[in-house]
Amino acid sequence: MVHLDLTDVSIEFPTPKGPYVALDGVNLKIQQGEFISLIGHSGCGKSTVLNIVAGLYQATRGGVVLDGKEVNEPGPERAVVFQNHSLLPWLSVYQNVELAVKQVFKGKKTKAEMREWILHNLNLVHMSHALDKRPDEISGGMKQRVGIARALAMEPTVLLMDEPFGALDALTRAHLQDSLMDIQNDLNNTVIMITHDVDEAVLLSDRIVMMTNGPAATVGEVLDIKLERPRNRIELADDAEYNHYRHEVLSFLYEKQRKPDEASTEKPAQNLHTDSTDPKDPVKKSASNSEAA
Amino acid sequence: MSAILLKMSWLEPFVKIAQGERPGDQLMVILRSIGVPLIGLVIFLFIWQVGAKNINTSLGTFPGPAAVYEQTVNLFAEHNAEREKEKAFYERQEVRNEKKLAKNPDAEVKIRPYTGAPTFIDQIWTSLGTVMTGFLVASLVAIPLGIMIGLNSTLYTAINPLIQLFKPVSPLAWLPLVTMVVSAVYVTDDPMFAKSFVTSVITVSLCSIWPTLLNTAVGVSSISKDLQNVSQVLRLNWITHVIKIVIPSAIPSIFTGLRLSLGIAWMVLIAAEMLAQNPGLGKFVWDEFQNGSSQSLGRIMVAVIAIGFIGFLLDRLMLMIQRKVSWDKSVALR
Repeated sequence: MVHLDLTDVSIEFPTPKGPYVALDGVNLKIQQGEFISLIGHSGCGKSTVLNIVAGLYQATRGGVVLDGKEVNEPGPERAVVFQNHSLLPWLSVYQNVELAVKQVFKGKKTKAEMREWILHNLNLVHMSHALDKRPDEISGGMKQRVGIARALAMEPTVLLMDEPFGALDALTRAHLQDSLMDIQNDLNNTVIMITHDVDEAVLLSDRIVMMTNGPAATVGEVLDIKLERPRNRIELADDAEYNHYRHEVLSFLYEKQRKPDEASTEKPAQNLHTDSTDPKDPVKKSASNSEAA
Repeated sequence: MSAILLKMSWLEPFVKIAQGERPGDQLMVILRSIGVPLIGLVIFLFIWQVGAKNINTSLGTFPGPAAVYEQTVNLFAEHNAEREKEKAFYERQEVRNEKKLAKNPDAEVKIRPYTGAPTFIDQIWTSLGTVMTGFLVASLVAIPLGIMIGLNSTLYTAINPLIQLFKPVSPLAWLPLVTMVVSAVYVTDDPMFAKSFVTSVITVSLCSIWPTLLNTAVGVSSISKDLQNVSQVLRLNWITHVIKIVIPSAIPSIFTGLRLSLGIAWMVLIAAEMLAQNPGLGKFVWDEFQNGSSQSLGRIMVAVIAIGFIGFLLDRLMLMIQRKVSWDKSVALR
């Protein structure tokens, strides 16, 4: 049975110039325990898909079914890790997770059990040393760890991550990706993650969902990543299969879905790791241009 | 210990000298932080002294720093004398009552309250009591109302024009209306508060309510979208949402509003007391003005300085509370 089913998900936003069709007919079937990455250029509606699954937006057409139940509103069974951590700045690390745990396990766990569960989740993300620190007293990577702990502590059926590591430096990001893979090994959650980072997508995912550019964005291609787990980033660096997947994603993003304004505006995918194909290389660019045309 | 001292910025160089940290540089810091304001003060006193000598009023020359200092000493002496008199008054009563009881154990004993004129110091305390009452009333209305209009944009749109309309109104304009309404509505045989007190409190509240109201509303309505999403994902109910997310996130701007409100309340109070003839510093100034002795101007000047100084202390007090309560350490509070 399909665990999470997105059927013909479409959404329009009203604007002064008439409705703007952000998503048009997104179809996706996700199995229990699958790790899915959504990748695409900025503004292609990746976050909108995530927000619809989270229940924060309502699809104009189509809908999302989770374990046979339609998704109409947000809820802790679809916990979200937000891009900018979204911790409550006036609460300590422990209290931030506590707020979620108290809300989700009210009447189901005793006080002692709740405490143990909070500590367990903070331990998972290696944050037990900073329980009483406030968010502004810890680094960006640590904040994101706490955000993940908070989401995991809700015991979600689906974990939604909106560019969870986007704001972090490369070293911290790699570290957190490894942590996330370990956690995913243990818990076997269903995860949908939005990313800009090709390496991140290939390293972490079971499937990469590549989205076309908006308006009326939709699923362009889906790439199955059949790399064996556990995955090791160093070993994979020279792996032919790994590089093949990378190449697939890169060619989708820079050849098939090259942004038309990329040449004029200086915002071409700063977040993308592109050592093999350089989008700024004018020779290649003109080549892909003619290809696309 | 030194960590605590370091928090008081003007003490910092002294602490550093004590810790043996480059005394030369620290001396410069001391000179800048204390020396410069001191020079400013000296120049001000000089101009005051010279200027005052050249202003002749019907009540004599305008008081210079020396005259004001003299009156300050006088006012404190009068206060102490009054306290002595009061003490003696109660002692006399006690002695009298004891004698009475010795003669006839069943005799009824009365203690009459002392009815001497309130001194300058008494007036300060009275004023502080009035301003705090007015400020409290204003805050108790403004914070809940501000939260409500901050949460509901329709309500905000409805109320905002009214706020903008009444915000700039001077206390002097409100006072006659408030006075008339209070004398019409507040009618009891055994009033808990004097009418003049009620009038002053209401006037202070009316004028000082707006900054808290506006800042609370803005703080509540500008709560970040992300935190709202967190609240939604957790399915917090309305009450929990307000208590756990909305109010804490608005605390910094609520306190900004409260601080502004207290400043306005203190400023308005003096005018209200003058006109309402409510005991307090305003009445002290008014009485001295009516009194018109050669000392009056000096005494009023003492009141002016006291008003300024107390206003400054109130602001510092609010700042201290704000620093303690506010989670947002990123803004420099000064």
